[in-house]
Amino acid sequence: MSAFLSYVLHGIATGSSFALVASGLVIIYRVTRVVNLAQGTFAVFAAFMAATLLGAGLPHGAAEILAVLVAAILGLLAGVVAVGKRGTSPQASLIATLGFAIFCYALEILIWGDQPQSFPGLAGSFEYLELEFPKQYAVIVVVTLVVFALLEAFFEWTYVGKALTACASNPYAATLVGIGVVRMSLLGFMLGGALGGIAGVLIAPLSPMSYDSDLSLFVNGFASAILAGLKRPVFALAGGLVLGIVEALIAGYAKASYQSALALLLTLAILVVQAARRPALQGSEE
Amino acid sequence: MNLGMNLIEVEELVVRYGSMTALDGVSLSVSKGEMVALVGANGAGKSTLLKALSGVVRRAGGRVRIQGLMAHVPEGRQVFSDLTVEDNLRLGAYRSRDRDTSWVYALLPELERTRRQRAGNLSGGQQQMVAIGRALMSRPDVLAIDEMSLGLAPLVVRQLARILTELNQTRGLAVLLVEQSALLAFSLCTRGYVLETGKIAASGTTGELAQSPLLKDAYLGSAGKAAS
Repeated sequence: MSAFLSYVLHGIATGSSFALVASGLVIIYRVTRVVNLAQGTFAVFAAFMAATLLGAGLPHGAAEILAVLVAAILGLLAGVVAVGKRGTSPQASLIATLGFAIFCYALEILIWGDQPQSFPGLAGSFEYLELEFPKQYAVIVVVTLVVFALLEAFFEWTYVGKALTACASNPYAATLVGIGVVRMSLLGFMLGGALGGIAGVLIAPLSPMSYDSDLSLFVNGFASAILAGLKRPVFALAGGLVLGIVEALIAGYAKASYQSALALLLTLAILVVQAARRPALQGSEE
Repeated sequence: MNLGMNLIEVEELVVRYGSMTALDGVSLSVSKGEMVALVGANGAGKSTLLKALSGVVRRAGGRVRIQGLMAHVPEGRQVFSDLTVEDNLRLGAYRSRDRDTSWVYALLPELERTRRQRAGNLSGGQQQMVAIGRALMSRPDVLAIDEMSLGLAPLVVRQLARILTELNQTRGLAVLLVEQSALLAFSLCTRGYVLETGKIAASGTTGELAQSPLLKDAYLGSAGKAAS
């Protein structure tokens, strides 16, 4: 029983990071119709940045926040590359995000080398009965919940949030009322960068990150996002948690190497089901 | 005609989509407080003209001058379906920044009840009102409406027509009404243009136009399409 609970707790912690990556994917996809293949990169970059800043003597908190800001700027740059030019097709933008991710590989190896990096998170554990619950898990869960609450508030209560939703809902009408769709797309990418960055600085203390860790983050984030239907960030939270817990249980009871296959299988299954649901001939989306 | 009073002034406008010429030397004007009809069959270039006026499509030639502010109510309503009616209206003021919606509800009382509903869940007529209300929120001098009556019940169309006339008479709002249904457009407007495959085929007062043989064809044409 206690093993089960500890797997679930671990799943919630890693699932939270999937959810953060997924929410960035969802926000970017909604505004731009582009699946951002560089989404995992933001997490890796922020984790490396935080490790460096901590190594330079910056206190916890400040280092992570600064790293997340850097990830937001990186997100903005990815946006400029992918959707900065008006009229770029979503397909072209998709490939541009892939190019950006590969460019970041080079940049990361150049700056930090090709070895995995980590940094200590919040040390110690809470103990309850026989259960051990690392404090870093609590940090991850609390930060994730706060971030999702802020996101909901942003989209529900602010004018800019509504304008972003308007772009997602009907870009043509948004243009007609004067909303700059390119600007909103860049804002979406910036938010995506920050969300990816938050995932990175939270998860790095649990598992060291190397330059190519973005791939597994992306795969899990994407699976969470489409599990949630690529609709609302808060659905991505549910998607991420479900995926995180199931993967942790598989790793615990079966084999750790199976867990990454789950996200891929799930992605494949959802895509196949959705493709089957669509009519064979379709002029345009929606 | 007094050129200084024109809110919309289009001269020899040319728009191309690739190798296809959608508008070929179109000239037209709308002056203050005027209601002008633009009619023509499907694919004549009416929507393209409005898109060129709002700068959504690029001009290949000619001149477009707009004095004051033009708001564009696009074909198919194009409401923000994920947002509430209130939010749709407020976003209409994206440029003007005056986000007080109360006066629009006073003009379109039917919207008041649907204020908190998602625009995507409304009927076609209600969505058309949302689209018009959203356009009004930018406090325009001229309203360009694309296919207002398309797909709406006659009763709803009459209601919308009444609202437009009221806006025109009480607020001096100029209207450029783009319609496939010439009958409706001519009953509302004083002046009109007939667009045919990218060119102005006729223009004049709506009384004159209604008598022209060309328009009799257009009537039959649109009636024939509606039946098929």
